[in-house]
Amino acid sequence: MEFGLSKEQTLLQDSVARYLDRHAPLERVRRYADDNEPRAQDVWDGLCDLGIPGMLICEEHGGIGLSVLDAALVSEILGSRVAPAAFVASAVMVPLAIAWAGSKEQQSRWLEPLAAGRVLAGAAVSEAAEARHDDAVRWDGSKLHGKALFALDFNADVYLVADHNRALYLVDAAAPGLERTQLSTIDKTRRFGELIFNGAPAELLPLSSDREVCSRVLDAGRIMLAADTLGAAQTMLNRAVEYSKQRVQFGRAIGSFQAVKHMCAEMAAELEPCRAMMWYAAYAFESIPAEAQLTTCHTKAHISEVGTFVARTATEVHGGIGFTDELGLHLWFKRIGANRQLLGGPQSLREEAARIQQLA
Amino acid sequence: MDLSYGSQYEAFRQQTRAFIEAHRHLAPQDLRFDREKTPVWQKLLIDNGYAARSIPKQYGGFGAEPDILKTRIIAEEFARAQVSPGMGGQGIAYLVPMLLDMGTEEQKQRFIPPTLRGEITWCEGYSEPNAGSDLASLTTSAVLDGNEWVVNGQKIWTSTAESADWMFCLVRSEPDAPKHQGLSFLLFSMRTEGIRVRPLGTMTGDSHFNEVFFTNVRLPQDQIVGRRGQGWEVANAVLLHERDNLGDPDATLLRFNALVDLMKRETVDGVRVLDNPVFRDRLMKIQGAVMAMRFNDLRLLSAKLNHKDASLAAMIVKLQGTELRHELEGLAIDALGELGILYGDGPHLRAGGSWQFMYMLYLGLIIGGGTAQIQKNIISERGLGMPREPKLKT
Ligand SMILES: Cc1cc2nc3c(=O)[nH]c(=O)nc-3n(C[C@H](O)[C@H](O)[C@H](O)COP(=O)(O)OP(=O)(O)OC[C@H]3O[C@@H](n4cnc5c(N)ncnc54)[C@H](O)[C@@H]3O)c2cc1C
Repeated sequence: MEFGLSKEQTLLQDSVARYLDRHAPLERVRRYADDNEPRAQDVWDGLCDLGIPGMLICEEHGGIGLSVLDAALVSEILGSRVAPAAFVASAVMVPLAIAWAGSKEQQSRWLEPLAAGRVLAGAAVSEAAEARHDDAVRWDGSKLHGKALFALDFNADVYLVADHNRALYLVDAAAPGLERTQLSTIDKTRRFGELIFNGAPAELLPLSSDREVCSRVLDAGRIMLAADTLGAAQTMLNRAVEYSKQRVQFGRAIGSFQAVKHMCAEMAAELEPCRAMMWYAAYAFESIPAEAQLTTCHTKAHISEVGTFVARTATEVHGGIGFTDELGLHLWFKRIGANRQLLGGPQSLREEAARIQQLA
Repeated sequence: MDLSYGSQYEAFRQQTRAFIEAHRHLAPQDLRFDREKTPVWQKLLIDNGYAARSIPKQYGGFGAEPDILKTRIIAEEFARAQVSPGMGGQGIAYLVPMLLDMGTEEQKQRFIPPTLRGEITWCEGYSEPNAGSDLASLTTSAVLDGNEWVVNGQKIWTSTAESADWMFCLVRSEPDAPKHQGLSFLLFSMRTEGIRVRPLGTMTGDSHFNEVFFTNVRLPQDQIVGRRGQGWEVANAVLLHERDNLGDPDATLLRFNALVDLMKRETVDGVRVLDNPVFRDRLMKIQGAVMAMRFNDLRLLSAKLNHKDASLAAMIVKLQGTELRHELEGLAIDALGELGILYGDGPHLRAGGSWQFMYMLYLGLIIGGGTAQIQKNIISERGLGMPREPKLKT
């Protein structure tokens, strides 16, 4: 019995963290955030060297065939450094969808370039979680029509799209009849966008007629977003604690004031169990099917709530400078805020959790 | 990651289940101490290795090799079957593990076997009227007179002092030493002359604790654990086991399941409480938090097993576990609406009034065993390395 990370998993996290610290420090993140460059290509290239885009793709197709837990651990590190990089869709949701529901031919055609990072994939499946207004995508037998909001990893070469029946399609970014609009959001460290389909050609993933596939893809994305929040929140807590030891007021470090200590203790007390929760959900996703859906919903909902609390409280510990752009702390605050809303907010995830247990 | 306990352990689980099914009719129904049934049940559990499992035979235990997973399986299976896992309390749960580490051979032989059998029950005499959170400032004195300690002073909030046979007690024996180095840890019978116990009513209506007054209480010199002046260290060893016992996530899970049943049964204007989305959301929120604490507990189990450090994860359990439980019990009261105010015997009462009882009791547990605020001091100072409160110069 071992409920903890293996040596390899710790090494994996360390190597991604080291890479990001060296090549995607805060100044690099800011440049991406401020300049609105479509992709931070240098950051992406480095992640490709580490094999990140292909981590969930099997070796036969050029990937390294790691587990969803491994991917979540990487997501945690990306969140901790607010990394300006595609991941949730391109390295997780899309490769999994193709592996689960694509034909042999589709797998050979798509997985290898995805694993190498030569092709970036976005995912527009939010409507399967929660469709706003009449947003929906329909398939007329050969083309897609309608609208999908909040495509993840938006600056992509190909998109995974869910229609109103939860069937999944791949659409080339350059397809005729596809209109793409980047959306301006709070989170400038990643790009999100809107896809409008005016009769865009697409290829169906044949096994996605099983609606479960779409649910699993969504759940995989939710686990990654929860892990991203965990990492981001841990960084905010660490920075609050560090700051509190250095900042002096009334002749003493503010970290010696009990009000400040208790804010930090409350953050730690809420956040620490989230780590075990993220591990469990990611592990259960592949290894304990009976619990997977429920733990995923609760994990994303719970970590989002804790993340929001930490984001607010850690900012408060910093006083006025926490509210300014100086420290860049708001990049983490906003990343956590975006993760919370994406692919189902806490309330709707809790309602889904109730439905899974026949309580709703 | 490997969450299976392995086939050898699954066999042990089956064996435990079979034992419970074959003997459950002998178990005391009430969790309270039952002078007749409880000791018989306790002996049966020890003889079969389901209680005092890894305590050596010469001290009245079962004498098995310590095995964290087997201990865990036993706890899980007794909880699942809702059968008493044997006696707990301050003696068995807190004192015995400490004595095994720090007691003399003579003390182990004298105190552990009868404690395990339920022949000696204990109370914990730490807090005093002027020494609560600041426990080390306590003033109950112990003076050596010949080969006897003479104890004078007062304890307060002493749980079960009204029924306990013995007390383990923290006293000031070295009045001239610095605060933390002037304490000693004494053991004495509650029947000793000079002890007076006055029960204190509590908000639950039960009398959980007492004031205990000492007037020239005399006890043999050797009824001390550790050295003179080492009492603080000994008491902290006990407190460690105490905090381990508060906020158990498996107990919270059982309670959560009862809450779900309650919300399915209770109706408002013909609609199940569960079908009210506001209540359902609160229920699900608590379920998420319960899950997080269970997985945290699993992490702690694994860390213990594999000798990994998870000290922050351990430090937060008392705070989070008791707060969560209090919130859970509170939701049940809200779900009951006006019925939620019923208490004591009478019509319409649900679950024997246990929701209100536990709601109040858990407020007591948020305070007892180191208050929530003291836990936060510990988490921030020891867990996060934040600066200590500057000490006032006196
Ligand atoms: C149900 C229950 C059972 C108990 N059983 C026992 C028992 O068997 N044996 C025993 O010896 N004791 C027992 N106690 C006593 C318990 O350990 C004390 O109540 C507890 O340690 C708090 O001490 P106090 O009551 O004196 O409160 P105080 O220490 O006076 O605290 C009052 C308030 O001040 C806050 N405070 C105090 N110091 C600080 C600080 N440094 N920083 C921030 N806030 C602070 C506290 O958090 C609290 O909110 C029990 C208590 C309860 C509620």
